[in-house]
Amino acid sequence: MATKVIFSSELQKFTGEVQAQVQATNYRGVVAEIVAKYPDLAEDEILKMAVAIDGEIIHDPFLEQIQEGSEVHFLYRISGG
Amino acid sequence: MSEAQDYKHIGQRTIRPDGYDKVTGRANYAADLALPGMIWAKVLRSPHAHARIVSIDISKVEALPDVMAVATHADIPNQADPGAINILAKEKALYHGHAIAGVAAKTETAAEAALALIEVNYEVLPPIMSIEDAMADGAALIHENLITKGMAEQPTSPSNVSSRMEMNKGDMTAGFAEADVIVEREYRTPTVHQGYIEPHACTVRFDEDGQSMIWCSTQGHFGVRASTAGLLNLEQSKLKVIASEIGGGFGGKTVVYLEPLALILSKKSGRPVKIQMDRDEVFKASGPGSATRIKVKIGAKKDGAITAMEAHLYYESGAFPGAAPLGPGCMTIFTPYDVPNQYVEGFDVVVNKAKVAAYRAPGAPQSEYACEMLINELADELGIDPIDFRLQNAAKEDTQTLYGPKLKAVGLVECLEAAKNSAQYKSALEKNQGRGVAAGFWFNIGGVSSVIINMNEDGTGTILEGSPDIGGSRASMQMMAAEELQMPTDTFTAIIPDTAHIAHSDTTGGSRTTFATGMAVVEAAADIVTQFKERAAAVWNVTPEQVEWKDGIAINTSGDGEMTAAEICAAAGRTGGQITGLGNINARGAGPSFAVHIADIEVDTDTGKSDVIRYTAIQDAGKAIHPGYVEGQYQGGAAQGIGWALNEEYIFNKDGLMENPGFLDYRIPLASDLPMIEAIIVEVPNSFHPFGVRGVGETGIIPPLAACGTAVSQAIGIRMSELPLSPPRVLKAILEA
Amino acid sequence: MTKSHITATINGDVREFLCEPGDTLLQSLRDELGLTGTKEGCGSGDCGACSVTVNGRLVCSCLVLAVEVDGAEVGTVEGIGEPDKLHVIQQKFLEHAALQCGICTPGLIVSTKALLEENPSPTEEEARYYLAGNLCRCTGYDKIIKAVMDAAETMRGTA
Ligand code: FES
Ligand code: FES
Repeated sequence: MATKVIFSSELQKFTGEVQAQVQATNYRGVVAEIVAKYPDLAEDEILKMAVAIDGEIIHDPFLEQIQEGSEVHFLYRISGG
Repeated sequence: MSEAQDYKHIGQRTIRPDGYDKVTGRANYAADLALPGMIWAKVLRSPHAHARIVSIDISKVEALPDVMAVATHADIPNQADPGAINILAKEKALYHGHAIAGVAAKTETAAEAALALIEVNYEVLPPIMSIEDAMADGAALIHENLITKGMAEQPTSPSNVSSRMEMNKGDMTAGFAEADVIVEREYRTPTVHQGYIEPHACTVRFDEDGQSMIWCSTQGHFGVRASTAGLLNLEQSKLKVIASEIGGGFGGKTVVYLEPLALILSKKSGRPVKIQMDRDEVFKASGPGSATRIKVKIGAKKDGAITAMEAHLYYESGAFPGAAPLGPGCMTIFTPYDVPNQYVEGFDVVVNKAKVAAYRAPGAPQSEYACEMLINELADELGIDPIDFRLQNAAKEDTQTLYGPKLKAVGLVECLEAAKNSAQYKSALEKNQGRGVAAGFWFNIGGVSSVIINMNEDGTGTILEGSPDIGGSRASMQMMAAEELQMPTDTFTAIIPDTAHIAHSDTTGGSRTTFATGMAVVEAAADIVTQFKERAAAVWNVTPEQVEWKDGIAINTSGDGEMTAAEICAAAGRTGGQITGLGNINARGAGPSFAVHIADIEVDTDTGKSDVIRYTAIQDAGKAIHPGYVEGQYQGGAAQGIGWALNEEYIFNKDGLMENPGFLDYRIPLASDLPMIEAIIVEVPNSFHPFGVRGVGETGIIPPLAACGTAVSQAIGIRMSELPLSPPRVLKAILEA
Repeated sequence: MTKSHITATINGDVREFLCEPGDTLLQSLRDELGLTGTKEGCGSGDCGACSVTVNGRLVCSCLVLAVEVDGAEVGTVEGIGEPDKLHVIQQKFLEHAALQCGICTPGLIVSTKALLEENPSPTEEEARYYLAGNLCRCTGYDKIIKAVMDAAETMRGTA
């Protein structure tokens, strides 16, 4: 079983797909796989985004390990007031 | 994980440690520091909303005997910093009140008087003051090279729209086709201000050896350090920022306005410099909340199932592209609803107003106002009670959000049920009265927090934390440390040291402090427990595993012996040095907080004046560490939202000049305007936090807009859509009906 | 410009200071006398953060000229409570969590004391109208009013 990456409608403009399966088991691997797969996806834009891994929102996922079968979303970073 | 637990300290209404200083007047805020040799600075501000700066002549001012330094944009060392043009305008004045020059003089009066002698030659340009103006064909351009980002096809010509974003899930056409009833309406919200009572102020010193210091009131002193060091090309180790007590922020004290300018003037004059904004400067030139225009369309079946939701959002960002909280506006609008088909499109639009700053749940009150108003209208159309309608469609665990992940356990249903069972909802209304219910959602955030707990020789502990305390968080930190260490709360004193004495912590905002910094406190406290065990083990000549920490005492499980924290700390010098617990974390797993509010409003049909006669605020705290201050967040959020709904707005004249830059005409709620606000705490624990905490600071400002909007609409029998529902607007609606 | 020499009794102490003709009492208290417990929120009489008493009367110190207090008795937040004991009003504000950021608190303590001296048993409505000149942006006033009502009750009981 691989990891499922789900793209927001904004990112779908670059991927042309709603979701992708990746083999990577950590955040950096996931980013590398999807930018390789979708040439229109700009790496620096992706790196600016937060992720949600199985519903847990992580703002700085740099070192994140990803369990097989997880669901990964890329989202806008939220700040507050 | 946290439900079953019995807490000793958490959940108590302890007295906050900084309270004594605040009720006696001893507490020092931004404007309260004076330094020897200090001089005063004032800021010259643009009298125009939109103008080209042809020339600035400061020669007359520089010649004045009392004037010690003058600064204009050219004096900012890092001209490439994008923040520089809001510290001092460069080629253009972009809004009424935009800073043009700063003057430091021996007295405040002399500085003020000197401003009149600065000669600025402006070429006045037409002001763009609304989303319509900005987007009109042939509109004057605020920025000549602004190309809209995020369009399907990149535009070739510039406009006043800086970006577009879009989110969708499901099938909108099918969703609306399934609906029996479709409602659609456009809403508007005005430019508003956070309205903190303490104006921005700072006292700074730039020494000859390049060391510098800023004393200011801020939600994040590390942010002040980073921005100021960036603008002035300083090393962070040479710039110390001290966070004074802060007299309210609500998002408005997350950015710098005065500090870099004050430091430039201090460097030039060789003197400590103090600047404080007048109230009218606060209104004109510090970050307001975004004005918006929002179109919403919702379809539902007769049985109450919502089938599709669609929205188009236009957010003003002030004169600075991308400053609007558009992302969160789009992401929050439909989150309270578990509806398969949702579509949101949003635009960030520049206008000649001050740069929009964060304001409590930035972006969400506006968009959720529009959605909640229409939800209430739809409930009426369907003949369903608005709480039942929400319950039927409520987001819950596993609901797929529009912005990405599925929700974890959340407390919306619990809040709705509490609303339904509340005394207010069961009470009857009288003539000219209306009732509105609305929900609210905010994500909350985690982020970087740094905490050190230094154990003293007598066994007491000093908690150093990097998050400025606005609403009583020091008390919560002490309670969480006490809980983890199983020691009395008053063993601990929490303080917020300057940027030289603790590592970076993110700004207090996003309702993160009790959650994230609290997690760091728990981590630091756990670190101390580990060390206590090691030290006791060393004394007893056993292994740390043989020591148990219980009720604040180390117990030797393999022999005789007990040691208190005081005994361990007194012996620390002999067992390896003093004991310090460390909690430097990047907290994740912030839990969203949902709220439901009920407003009862009576309208005087002769004058159009609305009075809130009863109000209930219900919100999920996850776990309330200090219930008194949690209730305070709900009540304060409700009051701000009520002000936004009923009275508050920036009024501009045809030249784009703000006409009400004072508390008399920008009317925030007074004690006599409000009833008691019943606060009900719902607790559905956040599974990612050791005590189940969710942030509570922001959600409470969201529901009042639609709760009040609906209550007024019901009281007068007319569906209102534009805020504020001030007496003239309501009276006009009544007269025209 | 010549400065004026002012002598006033401030919180029971006779104090002398110099001021410009245009200086407000608020400026003199804060900048000359170091009594920074009195706060400035607006400088125009709209927020009450600068509330003090002059000869027993509650005023906004930003609207009073410093020269006007020559010979007068001025009371500020620093004069409320005893060295080792808070005044009941201060104590009740703490117990009821009636402050968040606390910038409005000194003004509210001064105003509440004036209220309860004038009217020891105010109704909730009377308290709300009396304190309508003291803005608080953080609390929604709920806990402030509760603290005021509780302080009134306690003071009546102990009087
Ligand atoms: S500062 Fe005096 S009333 Fe606001
Ligand atoms: S506690 Fe902040 S203004 Fe009242």
